[in-house]
Amino acid sequence: MTAIRVLFSRLAGLFGKRDLEPNLDEELDFHLQMEIAENIRKGMAPDQARTAALRRFGGVARVKETYRETHSLPVFQVLWQDLRYGFRVLRRSPGFSTLAILCLTLGIGSNAAVFTWIEGILLRPFPMVAHQDRMLAIAGWNRDVPGDPDVSWPDFQDFEKNCTLFDAFIVDRITGVTLAIGDKAEVARASIVSANYFGALGVRPILGRGFEPEENIGRNAHPVTVISYQLWQSRYKSDPDIIGKTQMLNGMPHTIIGVAPEGFYGTFVGWAMQFWVPLSMQEKFDPGGYKLEDRGETWIEGFVRLKPGVTLQQAQAEISAVAKRLETAYPATNRNRGVNLFPLWRTPFNNARTMFPTLGIALAVVISVLLIACANVGNLLLVRAFGRRHEMTIRLAVGAGRSRILKQLLTEGMILATIAAAGGFLLAYWCRNLFVLLLPARDGQRMNLPGEIDWRVLALSTGVCVIATLLFGLVPAMQTSKIDLTSALKSEAGGVVGGGRRRGLVRSGLVLVQVALSFVLLVGAGLLLQSLRGIQNISPGFSTKTLTTGVDFKVAGYDRQRSNNFQDALIDRLQSLAGVESASIERTTPFGYRSYSSAPIAVEGYETAPDQKLIVNYNEVGPGYLATMGIPLVSGREFTRADNETSQPVAIVNDVMAAQYWHGRDPVGSRLQVKGKWLQVVGVAKVSKYERLMETPQPFFFVPTRQNSAGLGLVIRTSLPLAVVAKALAHEVKALDENLAPGEVITMQEQVDRTTAVQRTAVMMLAVFGGLALALAAIGLYGVMSYTVSQSTRELGLRMALGADAGNLVRLIMSNGLALTVAGVVAGAAAALGLTRLMGTLLYKVSPRDPAVFASAFLVMIIAASAACFLPAWRATRTDPVRALRD
Amino acid sequence: MTKDKTDVLYGSLALMVLRTLDTLGPQHGWGIARRIEQISGDALELNQGSLYPALLRLQQMGWITSKWGASDNNRRAKFYAITRAGQKQLAAEAANWERIAGILSRFANPARESS
Repeated sequence: MTAIRVLFSRLAGLFGKRDLEPNLDEELDFHLQMEIAENIRKGMAPDQARTAALRRFGGVARVKETYRETHSLPVFQVLWQDLRYGFRVLRRSPGFSTLAILCLTLGIGSNAAVFTWIEGILLRPFPMVAHQDRMLAIAGWNRDVPGDPDVSWPDFQDFEKNCTLFDAFIVDRITGVTLAIGDKAEVARASIVSANYFGALGVRPILGRGFEPEENIGRNAHPVTVISYQLWQSRYKSDPDIIGKTQMLNGMPHTIIGVAPEGFYGTFVGWAMQFWVPLSMQEKFDPGGYKLEDRGETWIEGFVRLKPGVTLQQAQAEISAVAKRLETAYPATNRNRGVNLFPLWRTPFNNARTMFPTLGIALAVVISVLLIACANVGNLLLVRAFGRRHEMTIRLAVGAGRSRILKQLLTEGMILATIAAAGGFLLAYWCRNLFVLLLPARDGQRMNLPGEIDWRVLALSTGVCVIATLLFGLVPAMQTSKIDLTSALKSEAGGVVGGGRRRGLVRSGLVLVQVALSFVLLVGAGLLLQSLRGIQNISPGFSTKTLTTGVDFKVAGYDRQRSNNFQDALIDRLQSLAGVESASIERTTPFGYRSYSSAPIAVEGYETAPDQKLIVNYNEVGPGYLATMGIPLVSGREFTRADNETSQPVAIVNDVMAAQYWHGRDPVGSRLQVKGKWLQVVGVAKVSKYERLMETPQPFFFVPTRQNSAGLGLVIRTSLPLAVVAKALAHEVKALDENLAPGEVITMQEQVDRTTAVQRTAVMMLAVFGGLALALAAIGLYGVMSYTVSQSTRELGLRMALGADAGNLVRLIMSNGLALTVAGVVAGAAAALGLTRLMGTLLYKVSPRDPAVFASAFLVMIIAASAACFLPAWRATRTDPVRALRD
Repeated sequence: MTKDKTDVLYGSLALMVLRTLDTLGPQHGWGIARRIEQISGDALELNQGSLYPALLRLQQMGWITSKWGASDNNRRAKFYAITRAGQKQLAAEAANWERIAGILSRFANPARESS
């Protein structure tokens, strides 16, 4: 109790200071006067009386000091004093302060920016959604199919019914719809969601309502939609009476029942959703027919939310037990299948997983940059500490405690760090949405990968800032605390470097760290660059000059016959254009987001083991597709228009599949069973890349669109410029149907490049930050070398007087600097050997220890170091020996 | 700062100040100092200045209060008075000191204890 009272009275004392001094003076003066009067009464002379009174009292100044300290909190007073002093000191050397603050701003800012990205993209990716820390992604697994397949709706319902540790099961399947506006088609991204979606996420529509439970049920029974705030604003001009109006979606009028709140983008990392439709509308929005009652149709992606306190392991154990029961109950569809739960940052079906390694690298890189910046500022402070040695020595000599001086130095560091942190936060705020600019746009839209600044990010960044302050602030402080009073005072008079050797070691150590770290970054950048070059040199096996686009005729609600007619007419019109060599259609564009059809197959004459299922991907393509794509035909023929609904079902296999299942015999003429239907093999195509450049050659086959589902994609082989084709295409499509418009036209090269975006982003980031680190390290090296030169003018002068020429001196200084660099590179190389292994998945056919990369990083480092050392070396040759020796 | 010394001195000084104010009623600083010197028979060489920070601390503890008033010679002076809490503290402190003094005297004069 008493302690609290004292604290309060002292806190009050911090403010009521104005009255303190005159009152105290008056009180003490009264005391002295009384004492003097008393002394005089005792018979002393006035002078004597006064002296005696003062002696009796003790030092007036000391009493006042103690009184003042008691009166308020000395910690704050000292801090305030240090702050004011620190500001004055920093203002006196603006060049130093600016450089130090700039270094730290870059370091802290880049860290804070990456924190916002990690928070906004990986950890809490869904703005406005409640309890994201308890959300997990749910995906299937299948022993016969690699990767993470989806889940079927009947299974999903059974999980929901039988699991007790879960709060909610949420379906969220991304889909796309083309909204045709004028002669431009705009792809709007949408989600098919379960009816509990908005309620479970804690997102309340600002107008209208979310979905009702019965809207999960019935085949296309509930054509209703909730639209995004953004769509409501841009397309419906914020119409307050929007509820109840209809919007044509995939050829069917949908009633708008709700508008989502501003800032809610749905639950898909990478893209902002424009509208949501209930599960019952699956058939309209998800290709491949009606799937809601089919346990074998796996198409559902989604999330679960755990009850508070439940761990991932417990949840996984429970849901796996249910999956096991389903396996026994429905062996025909569920054999060898189960589900996996993932933390949000490992979600397999959105962009979280692709962003993860890039952001991991980004984090490692910015931490290195921060360390380098700290080392640099530490070095700058050391130089200054040397300049202030006299000041520090005097302060120590007049009795300042070493801890007091330490506090002063740390306060100065804190001032620098605070200003830099403010700048850094600003930088992070500006950069929070920058990440997305590193990635390519699709269909003219940027991805939605916003950074998130919340208290966690701020707290972490502040922590980083405090650690940084301690790191660079303590270096000169340690040095100062080693000052030996007598020798420092003495040597000051003599003008000789005192304790310079030790200080020099620390400085060299800091530079060594910088060189080592930037070497690691250079090696990382080199490895990624090398592997990116390797990836880009892979031939995709088709012509990258072929143009690709899509016309989404589901918008107009075409039936099979109409879409066939439309496709034939469009291909005819395109092929009649001058400059167009050929055009064809495809269901799935290679390297696109949409996945290929895949099915279990059987091959005539190929024995499979009893438990073995052959599952192969295939694509539905139009006549002349291979020629248009530039994929060579090894034997047989291409599809023609004669391969239609009424003719013999046919297929073209690739040569890898032929080698695997026909053992080198020509498959043309033999048969292939797909989904229980026998197809005649009519041709063999050369293997190409289908999804990624890095993939190993895969078995694959083609079937005609006419005999399967309809095509969406167009491919065009032409010598015309892209813009011309795009314009002509828009014209031809409009001529065929007013309501239709083609999507974005791009080259296959562009399509391929988009799949390597992650690698390119990582390279770009490492290159930028590696360059920055290199520059900082060079500045550090330059600082140390010019400091060495300025401190050893006497030695240099002596050498010159003894006959050393400019060449000797340059060699001397340069070899010093380069020795430091080589030592740093050796340390860096050791670190790099350990660290680059972590880049594993991003590297393609490059060893993490690639000697060429290490050698070139070494070369770059040496060049930068030479440049940094040259100026000080040159300055050394300008030493005037006479003056150097006289001084 | 020689903290240990101050604390010991402060402990005894607090007792002296509180007792003085309890016995004599409100006093100014000089009066307190004089009284302490008198009681100790001028055997205690008190650094009079150190009284003032101690008075401030006692105020912060809430054991004494202060008020500006007029002295005998009609000068403005700050008068200190003991509070209820101060009286309680004085009783506790006095008992404590007596106990310690008793223990110490047993160490100082062991013969009397054993006989």
